[in-house]
Amino acid sequence: MSTFVYMTRCDGCGHCVDICPSDIMHIDENIRRAVNIEPNFCWECYSCVKACPNHAIDVRGYADFAPMGHSVRVRREEEKGTISWKIKFRNGTTKDFVSPITTKPWGKFIPKLAEGEKPNDNEINSQMLYTEPNGLNIDGKLPSVPKDTFKKGVYY
Amino acid sequence: MMSSNPYSILAETVPSVFIQGFVLLMLALIFFGTVIQMIHHKNITYFFNNAKKAKLSAERELGAGEKTAIIAKTVIHDIATTAELGAGKRRVAHVLGMWGTILFWVASVVMIFNYSSINAVTPNIWPMMWHIGAIMTCVGGYWFWLFLRVDVLAEAHPWYRIIKADLFVLTLLACATFGLAWSYTQSLSLENRWDDKIFLTLYIVSNLALFGGVYWSKFAHMFYKPGAAIQKNLAEADGSRDNLPPLADAPKQFGLGIKREQPKHY
Repeated sequence: MSTFVYMTRCDGCGHCVDICPSDIMHIDENIRRAVNIEPNFCWECYSCVKACPNHAIDVRGYADFAPMGHSVRVRREEEKGTISWKIKFRNGTTKDFVSPITTKPWGKFIPKLAEGEKPNDNEINSQMLYTEPNGLNIDGKLPSVPKDTFKKGVYY
Repeated sequence: MMSSNPYSILAETVPSVFIQGFVLLMLALIFFGTVIQMIHHKNITYFFNNAKKAKLSAERELGAGEKTAIIAKTVIHDIATTAELGAGKRRVAHVLGMWGTILFWVASVVMIFNYSSINAVTPNIWPMMWHIGAIMTCVGGYWFWLFLRVDVLAEAHPWYRIIKADLFVLTLLACATFGLAWSYTQSLSLENRWDDKIFLTLYIVSNLALFGGVYWSKFAHMFYKPGAAIQKNLAEADGSRDNLPPLADAPKQFGLGIKREQPKHY
């Protein structure tokens, strides 16, 4: 439903404050620890949960689909380029997932757009966006999936 | 100044039993402030409930030897060097302030209870430890207060903006600063001039504010944080990990992402 902070874990570094797209993670004025100042405006994007270096932030799930006693926790390991999830169901069943989040070193391959060629008037007035159509990698047409490659038994 | 015991000079005018009574009063204030805070905030209840839950989801039982090894490692690595703050200035400032304060308080107690009578000869180590501790506290504390705390570093507030969270650090800094100023003015032998008495009064007042404000300040974090660090490492070892997923089995090859930069909230 919204994020909350484990006070014993938080050290007030402020990474969650920086990353929150809703700007609702703040540093508390009484204890100088992170706090969600407006839980109703939290859209559970998990950005702060993933950014926290101390795993001090957790999320309450909606009671209708995530009954009490469940847990969804995440560990983002930047240097390994992985994100791991642990889903724990109320009956004790657990599921672990690990996914890659980058295949290249962080910050090394940021396109230097300011150094590129300036677009001409035709390109500016075109419906195409920057690098289109080449950047789409579609060889001039939309990709399609041949029907004979569909899984057997799946007809729509 | 560095090698003179300020309490033995004070004992020439104030009976040492009063000085010792003051220390006992401060210890009582810490005890009652922490207990009332624990009752009001219910943080110990929460902590033990959490530990019980973690035990239920443990994947393996830890032996006594293993637990002792983990606790010892946590004390030496995590607690003594404030590992949770990661590498950087915040950690250096905290380590300076923490160890400075410990040296300052230990030397104070030893000098007050063992060497505060008029004829007592104080070994040089204790006054040195007291002064170096106070200086370390000031260096770490003022560094944090003026430059590193999140309000100044990340939120662009001026250094003189004070909030409730500053009660602990400011009173601690006041204690160390006025203690040093009192020791210095006392060592000048100004006879009956006002200087050292003013600083002694400020030193007493700042001690009363520091130890009397335990309930309102974050003083008790020095008790909670080590407990939380031990619980975290025990949970990592027994597999419960506070329900966190295990570390990914992958090499560290991509460098830092968003943690390359300090947070800047504005």
